[in-house]
Amino acid sequence: MARVVVNLPQRARRGEIIEIRTLAGHGMETGFRRTQLGELIPRDIITRFTCSYNGIEVFRAELHPAMAANPLIAFFTVATESGTLEFRWTGDNGFSATHSASITVD
Amino acid sequence: MTTRRQFLILAGGAAVSGAVEAQLPPNIEALRKAALAEAVRKVTGDAQVRRGKVKLDLPPLIDNGNTVPLSVDVESPMTSADHVRAIHVFTEKNPQPYVISAHLGPRAGRARISTRARIADTGTVLAIAQMSDGSFWSDSVNVVVTLSACLEDGLI
Amino acid sequence: MSVRVLRLFLLLALACAARAEIPLAERRSGYEDMGRETRAMQDDDATNPATLWVLDGESLWQRREGAAARACADCHRDARDSMKGVAARHPAFDAATGKLLNLEQRINGCRVERQQAKPFAYESRELLALTVFVARQSRGMPIAVESSERTKPFLEAGRATFRRRQGQLNLACVQCHDERAGRRLAGTVIPQAHPTGYPIYRLEWQGLGSLHRRMRNCMAGIRAEPHALGAPEFVELEMFLMWRARGMRLETPGVRP
Repeated sequence: MARVVVNLPQRARRGEIIEIRTLAGHGMETGFRRTQLGELIPRDIITRFTCSYNGIEVFRAELHPAMAANPLIAFFTVATESGTLEFRWTGDNGFSATHSASITVD
Repeated sequence: MTTRRQFLILAGGAAVSGAVEAQLPPNIEALRKAALAEAVRKVTGDAQVRRGKVKLDLPPLIDNGNTVPLSVDVESPMTSADHVRAIHVFTEKNPQPYVISAHLGPRAGRARISTRARIADTGTVLAIAQMSDGSFWSDSVNVVVTLSACLEDGLI
Repeated sequence: MSVRVLRLFLLLALACAARAEIPLAERRSGYEDMGRETRAMQDDDATNPATLWVLDGESLWQRREGAAARACADCHRDARDSMKGVAARHPAFDAATGKLLNLEQRINGCRVERQQAKPFAYESRELLALTVFVARQSRGMPIAVESSERTKPFLEAGRATFRRRQGQLNLACVQCHDERAGRRLAGTVIPQAHPTGYPIYRLEWQGLGSLHRRMRNCMAGIRAEPHALGAPEFVELEMFLMWRARGMRLETPGVRP
């Protein structure tokens, strides 16, 4: 599986707004580049990113070729309860990467 | 008017690693403007897009167009009754105009996203926020894209 | 002549030879020539794309390799302790062979001799990951390569390359990076070219790469035939550049345009 980095606080107060920062290792080939011989390099990008909090989707993004390689996606969510956050990246050519993180909310 | 990147490709000077297009149509600017307008229309329909509430933050002078950090922050209480449903980012001068579409909701707490885009050339970057009441708000920034010196030239 | 006097003479000779050399106090890392947002990308490990490679390197450090079925960790334990300062003093003289080795070559040497494994290809993902992981342990430390009787030939060869006109454009490194550093080329500020952050995440590459890869780009820029990755000419030049940057803090992993 591709390397991903997810950063979020391990602990938060109930109702606190926390920032989640994610990085995914992926070349994000745009589909517009050509080789030295003029052949078009086919598109190969991450197209979708989701974050679920105890099973409920709290954030979703559609990514397009204008996203840089090794995409950074940073967003916010309300710390509602203790539990698990699931992160999922999917894309062209069956690309899939996942990550889980626990959070304790007092 | 040729862009700097196009001129360098035609002049056979510093080869630009990456975005080398075999043939550029003469009316490319018009085509890209139309593509951007169409992309925006797909998102907003016939609704009016007003300036305000949205703050698009990215460097006015870009070190390298391959990786441009940007963030979009939208003023909103983010309650069930009044929140940002989605944030869409577009560019004017790329081969296709879409960058990212982020879907939020009251559970976000704050309507702010950060990411990194590829920006092909000096021009406009546009951010549109879609509110829960159906209204659309926007912000745009004009950026200047510089080239790095000493590129790869297909070496590796 | 005593070793101490010889060292002093050597340092003076090297210092006097350069006319357009940047005074030590006026040296700037390429970090300072970048925009605020690019600097922020480097400063935060959570969002520095190089972190993806650092984590891969950390995994490789633990992985049993080769006929000896040994991991780096088996001999070197915790890299945070054992590798501290290592990158800051490479390239280094290898007494066993009399050669100058850079960090990548040192790592491969260990692979071949200690792990009995095949060396990683230069610029391969594995070698980059291990190198950036090891070099990261010297982050914040002053660059301090050996300048002595036994490294003198390498330093002088590196300096000669730095001052030599090359390529179709007939340019020497010194003309851009000493004499015109701070001025602009194609809209970008010309850096002084201190290797303070290698391996770097170069925005142009959209990936992590070595100093040798970056120097090949330089040679392509002046339309000279680039040396191969790992070539002795490059290791000598690397040695000279690190000596030229002595005392400056290592920033690995750096982000650069």
